[in-house]
Amino acid sequence: MEQRYYQKEIETMPVEQIKAMQSEKLVKQVQHVWDNVPYYRNLMEQKGVTPADIKGIEDLHKLPFLTKSDLRDAYPYGLLAKPLKDCVRIQSTSGTTGRRVVAFYTQKDVDLWEDCCARAIVAVGGTNEDVCQVAYGYGLFTGGPGLNGGSHKVGCLTLPMSSGNTERQVQFMQDLNATILCCTPSYAAYIGEYLAEHGISPDDIALKAGIFGAEPWTEEMRRGIEKSLGIKAYDIYGLTETSGPGVAFECSEQTGMHINEDHFLAEIIDPDTGEVLPEGSKGELVFTALDKEAFPLLRYRTRDICVLSRKKCSCGRTLIKMAKPMGRSDDMLIIRGVNVFPSQIETVLLNEGYQPNYQIVVDRVGNNDTFEVNVEMAPEHFSDTVSALTALEKSLAGALKTMLGINPTVHLVPPKSITRSEGKAVRVIDKRKLHD
Amino acid sequence: MTLTQLSVFVENKQGSLVNITRTLAENDVNIRALSIADTKDFGILRIIVNDTARAFDVLSAEGYLVKATEVLGVKIGDQPGKLSGALEVLDKNEIFLEYLYAFMARTEKHAYVVLRVEDNDKAAAALESAGFHLITDLDVNKL
Repeated sequence: MEQRYYQKEIETMPVEQIKAMQSEKLVKQVQHVWDNVPYYRNLMEQKGVTPADIKGIEDLHKLPFLTKSDLRDAYPYGLLAKPLKDCVRIQSTSGTTGRRVVAFYTQKDVDLWEDCCARAIVAVGGTNEDVCQVAYGYGLFTGGPGLNGGSHKVGCLTLPMSSGNTERQVQFMQDLNATILCCTPSYAAYIGEYLAEHGISPDDIALKAGIFGAEPWTEEMRRGIEKSLGIKAYDIYGLTETSGPGVAFECSEQTGMHINEDHFLAEIIDPDTGEVLPEGSKGELVFTALDKEAFPLLRYRTRDICVLSRKKCSCGRTLIKMAKPMGRSDDMLIIRGVNVFPSQIETVLLNEGYQPNYQIVVDRVGNNDTFEVNVEMAPEHFSDTVSALTALEKSLAGALKTMLGINPTVHLVPPKSITRSEGKAVRVIDKRKLHD
Repeated sequence: MTLTQLSVFVENKQGSLVNITRTLAENDVNIRALSIADTKDFGILRIIVNDTARAFDVLSAEGYLVKATEVLGVKIGDQPGKLSGALEVLDKNEIFLEYLYAFMARTEKHAYVVLRVEDNDKAAAALESAGFHLITDLDVNKL
């Protein structure tokens, strides 16, 4: 297809020039953080690093890492680098741990984030003649707001559907001739199933492309979605901590996602030692936000395991490409697009008077995640009546839903029945095949 | 005037029940009555045994979750309509019945029913004043 770019000069900039630009921005950003974020300044001082030591991207490795636990420790304002009067927005992670991650944006931050999403939309062929149906959740979750903003920038007619209510989604899709769909891949697959069940053929809808992210999906799933919706399906990557979707996006080649390197500096590190690995190595993806004003994370460890590649891309973009994440370097699970940490489940169980003896079983039936939590029954909760025990299951499921934002099925099991291997209980059984 | 029932939490898994009954048999515990309630996740085995304390100990030692509950044991004539009469007494007195199960005595021509109600004292008084005979743990061994 004919290649279009949203910001051609940057997207096709010679690599050396991009690197020079990154160096210049990094030096400024480190100074900004040093001056305005005592939390990070303290980390730098502990490492004996000052802004004077950072002369360009070759010095990046000298800076300390930030992790999710830093974000929790610094909640809510500890990593804020701008006065609140200059901030216009927050977004938050989908999970609701006791201390969730809250990211702040100035108007410029929102603008640059929306530019990133606009690049993703143009890369899949979007123009101001398109009708872009955004079926990501709107609200604290970054998916809806990010793609909504990008769609505006491109000039698409934007359908801010948010997620759910499939009947209405399909009605608008048909009546308003939506051409681009943005949502999670599992929801796209679900819409595909809905169409088939209702006798709507892919030829009956105008959809031509989809931008799907926020959860892991496979090539097999991609082919399924492409067939059921009659579209090309593209991946998009991002995380609340760095902005949201649009940190990286897929182009017509569909072989990985171009990282918006003018805004995000990517590294691959060894998750155990923290050592920076050479290009092409598999390791943990780390991002440094080069332009963010309000929430400028330096060397943020994403915990996504991934590979970067500078191989020339047929789309003409020179931006480095990241492969689909191949796993996690921590125990986070992504279930129905929501981040779930086993420790959150542990917290709920302790709060509800159970021992933290549990097992999470995740599977994918059709294209939907199933989420079961087996919990060892506590002696003081045991009852001789079925109604009392099912009420316990229900109330635990409710408490978990409040914490995680998604509904689990809770099964009470006898004490000591959760499989233990070598003395250590197996906490997570993930039967999904999410990585090719 | 109550009977002690033991409830055991049972996993819905092959072999779960046989392990429990074998443990009881090996320890000379005789099951006089039993019922099982199950959902698709789990089951609750409820038993009346000849030696409640021993059964409780040996099952707990095997790692089972066991709970003792006081229930009512009502002697019912082995004739049509007798059970219905007992239940009508509960109904009339607005006593909520959680569950029930029945068993036969070996020696006499009588049936017995185990009743799990919300309020044992109220139910016992109502049943006795209606002429029903209630049994205790001591009686169980003589049946």
